[in-house]
Amino acid sequence: MVEYLIRRLGLMVPTALLVTMGVFALIHLTPGDPATVILAESYTPEAAAAIDRDLGLDKPLPQQYLLYMGRLLHGDLGHSVRNKLPVTQAIGERLPATIELGIAALLWSLLVAIPLGTLAALRRGRALDFVASGLTVAGISVPNFVLGILLILFFGLLLRVLPVGGFAALTDSVPDNLSRLVMPAIALGTFGAATNMRFTRSSMIEVLNQDYIRTARAKGAGWWRVVNRHALKNALIPVVTIVGLQVGAILEGALVTETVFSWPGVGKLAVESIFSKDFPVVQGIVLMAALAFMFANLLVDLVYAWLDPRISYS
Amino acid sequence: MSTAAPSYTASEEQVLSVEERAPRGWRDLVLDHPRILVGLVLLIVLTLVALLAPWIAPHNPIAVDADNARLPPGAGHLFGTDELGRDVLSRVMWGGRISLPVAFVAVGVGLTIGGLIGLAAGYRGRTTDLLLMRFVDAILAFPALILAIALVAALGPSLRNAMIAIGVVQIPVYARLTRAQVLQIKSLDFVTAARALGASPVRIIARHMLPNLLNPLIVQLSLSAAFAMLAEATLSFLGLSAPPPTPDWGFMINTGQSFLVNGDWWMTVGPGAAICLAVFGFNWLGDALRDALDPRLRG
Repeated sequence: MVEYLIRRLGLMVPTALLVTMGVFALIHLTPGDPATVILAESYTPEAAAAIDRDLGLDKPLPQQYLLYMGRLLHGDLGHSVRNKLPVTQAIGERLPATIELGIAALLWSLLVAIPLGTLAALRRGRALDFVASGLTVAGISVPNFVLGILLILFFGLLLRVLPVGGFAALTDSVPDNLSRLVMPAIALGTFGAATNMRFTRSSMIEVLNQDYIRTARAKGAGWWRVVNRHALKNALIPVVTIVGLQVGAILEGALVTETVFSWPGVGKLAVESIFSKDFPVVQGIVLMAALAFMFANLLVDLVYAWLDPRISYS
Repeated sequence: MSTAAPSYTASEEQVLSVEERAPRGWRDLVLDHPRILVGLVLLIVLTLVALLAPWIAPHNPIAVDADNARLPPGAGHLFGTDELGRDVLSRVMWGGRISLPVAFVAVGVGLTIGGLIGLAAGYRGRTTDLLLMRFVDAILAFPALILAIALVAALGPSLRNAMIAIGVVQIPVYARLTRAQVLQIKSLDFVTAARALGASPVRIIARHMLPNLLNPLIVQLSLSAAFAMLAEATLSFLGLSAPPPTPDWGFMINTGQSFLVNGDWWMTVGPGAAICLAVFGFNWLGDALRDALDPRLRG
């Protein structure tokens, strides 16, 4: 296991290097001169020179990359063009809100997916299964911002049971925080709920067809006990992989969902920074998202190996 | 398994079973799997509406009419009007002319570049494989939509850049799919035989590998068209795709959102439904095709 971990980490190094190169290159993809783009109307040669200096754009490209990497290894992601704050601080301030939303979305997706997926597998080919399949395709087809707006319309404006957006710190008021969390979490987590449900169903069907399930049934165990004690545990192993991939979907979805619900997280910060041409913040967020995604995938592989002793990685 | 229509005479049916059943044609496939038909019909209708929008849309999609702003759905405007008095139904119809081509071009970009990378990596192996797949891994290390958004943010918001960005993030899936298939097929006897007979690599790829790649590719094309539609809608919702006043579904929702609190639900619901239908159509079709074409799922 330790050897496997080391090998996996070793494989991540070249990919991570390429990722930093990609993120570094982002600002150089901008057509024309970044300083001109950032300053727009307030362009003066002096201001442009200052920005070039701040972003290190006045040096040759390879040197720029080495300097970028050097700063990166010291945990320095540069400074925001907009408010001069260190990028790490700008992101750090917004991170708790995004993490809260992400966890809530993940919980919602699992709470829906595991029972419904299991039921669909048990009722394979029956009406409930078809309804569940339809819901699955619908769930991955409704963009989270459309779902968010439908939720706002229905629960926020028509029934008036939930606030339509905004954020209250968990430390200020727990009920206020949670009531504002419900709709964004559902909007963000439904895509994952649909994919998780599909995987739970197919993996449950596979497990239910195995000999040991028949044996358990033959020995007189009731369906409930067989499903709960014998099948579900094995059926959920592939679902773990999907939950890992879902971290990516949640990071992506946070950008839009947070914008729709004015949720002050990293996603909203990313969108704000894109429009104010705050390249260092955008680069910082993209880099952190990629690293978080890579880390989540690594974690999934490790959990997978731990859950299923049949998988060997030597 | 032959359940031909009762109107066939026996001899006609025999002719059919010899000429059409042997290489299972598209007609059989669709008839055996009605779900494919549902997806196809939905997508054909959407495409037709988009194609014919200039003739069938009741109003000019960009004509501003301040006197008739924010009208609820009614006789003159079935989907109501937006904040500038533009007809929402007409804008939804015209919107397909943006979103559908974006999806097709983006998928084309991903398929071409990704497919070539996969073919090269799988066929050449060794260093080529290693280098190309590391590049693919690097793209894959980013959450796809975040990479697309970052690319558009850097390149500058425009329709063309949206297509490029969505295309780039589709490269990995095609590269991996093609490579895996090529690796699998490469060692089969019939390919070895072709090589032994002196067939050139190009001929082996074109005549022996591409036909075998087709089924998984078709399924993937449909699923990634769904992703591309979703990504375009997201980019345009964020204001990173076609500039106004272009009728674009995502951006219509963006502007409509500010009028929700006044109770003007129709500005967002129309384009929202259009996005959902299009994405649903591609996902449904991809799903149905996978059921029909993947031998492991048959039975």
